[in-house]
Amino acid sequence: MTALGYNFGYLDENTKRMIRRAILKAVAIPGHQVPFGAREMPLPYGWGTGGIAVTASIIGTADTLKVIDQGADDTTNAVSIRRFFAKVTGVATTERTGEASIIQTRHRIPETPLRQGQILVYQVPMPEPLFRLEPRLAETRRMHALADYGLMHVKLYEDIARHGHVAISYGYPVLVGGRYLMSPSPIPAFDNPKMDRMPALQLFGAGREKRIYAVPPYTSVRSLDFEDHPFVPVRADAACALCQSRESYLDEVVVDDQGGRMFVCSDTDYCGTRQSHREAAE
Amino acid sequence: MTAADPSPGLTPGFAAPVPAAQSCFRALLEAMSRPGLIQTLTALPEAPAPLAPAAAAAILTLADADTPVWTDAGPAAEAWLRFHAGCPLVADPAAASFLLATASPPDLALPDAGTEEEPHRSATLVLQVAALEAGAGWTLSGPGIETTHRLHAAGLPAGFAAAWAANAARFPRGVDLVLCAGDSLAALPRTTRLEETR
Repeated sequence: MTALGYNFGYLDENTKRMIRRAILKAVAIPGHQVPFGAREMPLPYGWGTGGIAVTASIIGTADTLKVIDQGADDTTNAVSIRRFFAKVTGVATTERTGEASIIQTRHRIPETPLRQGQILVYQVPMPEPLFRLEPRLAETRRMHALADYGLMHVKLYEDIARHGHVAISYGYPVLVGGRYLMSPSPIPAFDNPKMDRMPALQLFGAGREKRIYAVPPYTSVRSLDFEDHPFVPVRADAACALCQSRESYLDEVVVDDQGGRMFVCSDTDYCGTRQSHREAAE
Repeated sequence: MTAADPSPGLTPGFAAPVPAAQSCFRALLEAMSRPGLIQTLTALPEAPAPLAPAAAAAILTLADADTPVWTDAGPAAEAWLRFHAGCPLVADPAAASFLLATASPPDLALPDAGTEEEPHRSATLVLQVAALEAGAGWTLSGPGIETTHRLHAAGLPAGFAAAWAANAARFPRGVDLVLCAGDSLAALPRTTRLEETR
């Protein structure tokens, strides 16, 4: 049962149509940022309004929605957005990656590989990968038009000259379809390889910056690097304290004031599933 | 129908506009992200001839007062579009956001292809073809396609493949295509490469 007085999915039909047109053009031009009109939402910019606008425009009664925040299903942002959609659409929600048809995410890609037919919706704070290097949007638009990404290569080179490696741990810039430089949103660089030729459709919504972009399934997504300094995804050198995984991305948790700490999986569904499998096996 | 009805003979649009537009959009999104795969629409409007139900559904899902539409479908279809989609109809193909072609498709070089900085401002062509058939005809490759897709669209003019190659060559500018037959559709975004196989 959906909340009375609201249209299905909260947004009005005119807004959905405008966003749907933007999404289709975004899919047709992989990695290109398409402007859209970001409407007022019952939560402020910076809390995932872009992702919510995209999800609201694509979701239907047959969908099952999963929402994660830094990999976790049970944090405030994830719980609020999941409840919001349960209220304004009445769709089924899940915490299982495999059961979801739409996964809205903030800053992670699930560990469980996504399959064909699923849609991953990213919440994006800053869609422009060049904004720290070139603050003028008119200029970055021209650089995208000319595929002039020398500035970013210089930044990577300077990182290597100063630190010996590329010092970008999240939001590591990628080249989509060999043409457009794209911000993968602030996902850890560890997650970048998952975007390459992913069978699921990836949609990106930036509410405050009013941009939508997309990566169609099976599209090449290459993290920028140099032949002699290839891209290396970084992961804490430890096993998850709860499920012993050595493959997943880990959060470092401070457990006391004596310098004690432990590493746990950032993806709660992946970690929980592994723990229950271990218990079942014992 | 009463005598005061301003548009006698006007057939209905979507029976349930909100869920129908959503399901039709998801079919379009799937078609655009998996180029050449045929999608079958479940919720269809009662469009007047010569509009194919899928083409009418696509326009009804995407067009509104903000998007000028060019069509060759004749006065009954124009009245239907004006009433149900509320879209302005234009005579110049270059001024349209959507082109709905029921007979021979317009020259692919005519519609707005966007600019290098704003390639998303390009037009989308909705072309009605005689039939769509999977597993035959063209071999498609590009983003959205794991290895290759096959699609046969019957009734396109000779030289279409060459015109499509010219459209792809101006990437990121270019027009996107939705091919419709009956209640099914398939899409060719500008990134899709097309090879004729015999």
